[in-house]
Amino acid sequence: MTSVVEVRGLRYRYPDGTEALRGVDFDLQAGESVALLGANGSGKSTFALHLNGLLEGEGMVRVCGMEVTRATLPAVRRKVGLVFQDSDTQLFMPTVLEDVAFGLLNLGMTSEKANQRAQVSLEQVGMSAAPGRAPHHLSAGEKKRVALAGILALEPEILVLDEPTTFLDPPGQRALAELLRNLPQAKILITHDMPFARATCSRAVFFREGCVASDGTVNDIAGRFGWDFSDR
Amino acid sequence: MHIPDGFLSTPVWAALDALAAPAAGFAARRAQRGFDESKAPLLGVMGAFVFAAQMINFPVGVGTSGHLVGGALLAVTLGPAAASVVMTAILAIQALLFQDGGVLALGANVLNMAVVGVLAGYLPYHLWGRGRTRKAAIFAGGALSVLASAVLALAELLLSGVRMPASVLGVSLGLFLISAVIEGAITMAVVAALENIQPGFVRQPATGHSVLLSAVGITAVLLAAGGVVFASTAPDGIEHLAIQAGLAKPLSNYGGGAGVAGVGLVFLLLIVGGRIMRKRSA
Amino acid sequence: MRHTVVEDWSRGSSTLHRRAAGAKLLTLAVFLVLLASSHRRLVVLTAALFALLVWAILAARLPVRGVLSRAAVVLPFSGVFAVVSWLSGDHNRSFELILKSYLSALAVLVLVGTTPLPELLRTLEIARVPQFLLTVMQFLYRYLFVVLDEASHMRAAAASRGGMTFGAAAGVLAVLFARSYSRAEGIHRAMTARGFDGRFRALVPRPYSAADGQFAAACILLLLLLRAATEVLH
Repeated sequence: MTSVVEVRGLRYRYPDGTEALRGVDFDLQAGESVALLGANGSGKSTFALHLNGLLEGEGMVRVCGMEVTRATLPAVRRKVGLVFQDSDTQLFMPTVLEDVAFGLLNLGMTSEKANQRAQVSLEQVGMSAAPGRAPHHLSAGEKKRVALAGILALEPEILVLDEPTTFLDPPGQRALAELLRNLPQAKILITHDMPFARATCSRAVFFREGCVASDGTVNDIAGRFGWDFSDR
Repeated sequence: MHIPDGFLSTPVWAALDALAAPAAGFAARRAQRGFDESKAPLLGVMGAFVFAAQMINFPVGVGTSGHLVGGALLAVTLGPAAASVVMTAILAIQALLFQDGGVLALGANVLNMAVVGVLAGYLPYHLWGRGRTRKAAIFAGGALSVLASAVLALAELLLSGVRMPASVLGVSLGLFLISAVIEGAITMAVVAALENIQPGFVRQPATGHSVLLSAVGITAVLLAAGGVVFASTAPDGIEHLAIQAGLAKPLSNYGGGAGVAGVGLVFLLLIVGGRIMRKRSA
Repeated sequence: MRHTVVEDWSRGSSTLHRRAAGAKLLTLAVFLVLLASSHRRLVVLTAALFALLVWAILAARLPVRGVLSRAAVVLPFSGVFAVVSWLSGDHNRSFELILKSYLSALAVLVLVGTTPLPELLRTLEIARVPQFLLTVMQFLYRYLFVVLDEASHMRAAAASRGGMTFGAAAGVLAVLFARSYSRAEGIHRAMTARGFDGRFRALVPRPYSAADGQFAAACILLLLLLRAATEVLH
């Protein structure tokens, strides 16, 4: 089993001085799905932003064998697909198709090829019906799927989703869980949603105050910290 | 004031379109800084902000309310070039999607509100934006931006032959003054509230100013205002002068004085604006 | 929401919708210039142009009443000036202001009602409008309704608390400003995460077809004929 993500001793301080991460160690294997649980401010999202180099901290972050440095950023960002919590921020192009094609065009792909690949990705998430639609006409669930398509088009090996079930109703959550289960990539799901974590992941990592407090199966972690994240 | 199509005479809207195009291009190049387009989303979103901001009513007593126009606020937070681009984008969207302002008249509206309005909004802040005069400078900027663009629009209408008797002109000017004061007050209040949230939002005005610059700038604005007032009270007198000076043809429909002042203001502010922007990049 | 109406109209599939944006834009330009420069037999010309526009609205399968009433947004402004002109004795000007402003607005509405704005923006690039400005407009349009929604929520919240004072309104604007700025930073992060390098690359637009050329030529010819007729028959 190959390690697709290796993090050792990751530390990060916000510009105002507060410590967000205090030495995080983390591993992820190919094809593995792990839920990142923890209270607000525990460092989960901050941690995720280091995986594709949007934040730069101290310590080592290795993605698919490459260390994350300025030079490797373009390559790293092809390997790690980050789906942000706010779909409106993620879908910034005027139409669905243009948004999914955005990353592909940045890679230097021709218009026709980008068009084709974008259509394929939209089919993968079940949103191939209307590529010309404007994002603000989509429901929350549809937006999330298009956001995912935009990432999948780049053929990453690791998917990172930040609070993907925010704004989704239970049927929407179930559809998303179903979709994710059928994707072969390794996944990191930052979530507060225990049922969703159970439905999609076998492993869970519990963050507390910028550190990894516990790492085990979803059931173990759920048992230890419960629905309200207090130590049992 | 967004001028619809059908108001301006052909020479006026054509000339203003021709003038606005390079001005908008200049502002775009300035705001973009080289080949990096990464500021475009910020400017776009801030344009959306101004649109939305115009929905919020500010009670000004007597059952009436005003709302933000935004030129001055954008100028002191994003800088005059970026503010100009944002206002241009807003005006274009307003003309196309909301039928607020004409398409042929877009050049005129852009010149009035996105170029002159923004520069007039920024000028006081550039000159007096430090120290004790800061709040007053911001107020003056807001007021001046609305006043300058409204007066220019009026001049363009008069130049196109739209008849306005002195009484109507007087009422219009009165309304402009009220709007100007409201804009000044709103801009000042919003800037203060912004600085509570994050002081960094409002830029520091560029350092170093020449007395000449201020004199030229303020004179230009006063010239325009004065021109329109003159035109309303003694149209024949001004026309006579203008004809003698060779600046206007002896046609009775022309608000020559206002026209001269208006065009003069545009050129002067473009020069002044160019000076300011060159200084900022130095 | 009223402000999405034009956008819904623009996503139809009539023959007019399928014509290239450039052809429609060119036709609009000719229309507006011919109208603006016309002073003789104006009523006849505007009647003919009005009929043409109504035909276009029907061909595009847009709601006639809806489009005609939306264009009427210009009338209050023009009306005031028309009244002032009439009272000053300039009756011709009075008619001109009303007729021209309304027809121009209607014509623009027919264009944007049959052409999605992103497509229109891409066409304007050919007209040498600065790319940077067009990109700003693209993002403005994308986030217009998002920020409008935010603002209306804040306004509703204030209303349910008994209305806003001047100071409170300033606070609302400041928060809206800060949120918009923050959103822009988020967008930048999302763009960077997908390899943005400072240049926006667009999907190549649909190529022009013979039908587009024929459409533009036919419309422009018709407009010129109408205008010539009013001059000659004077």
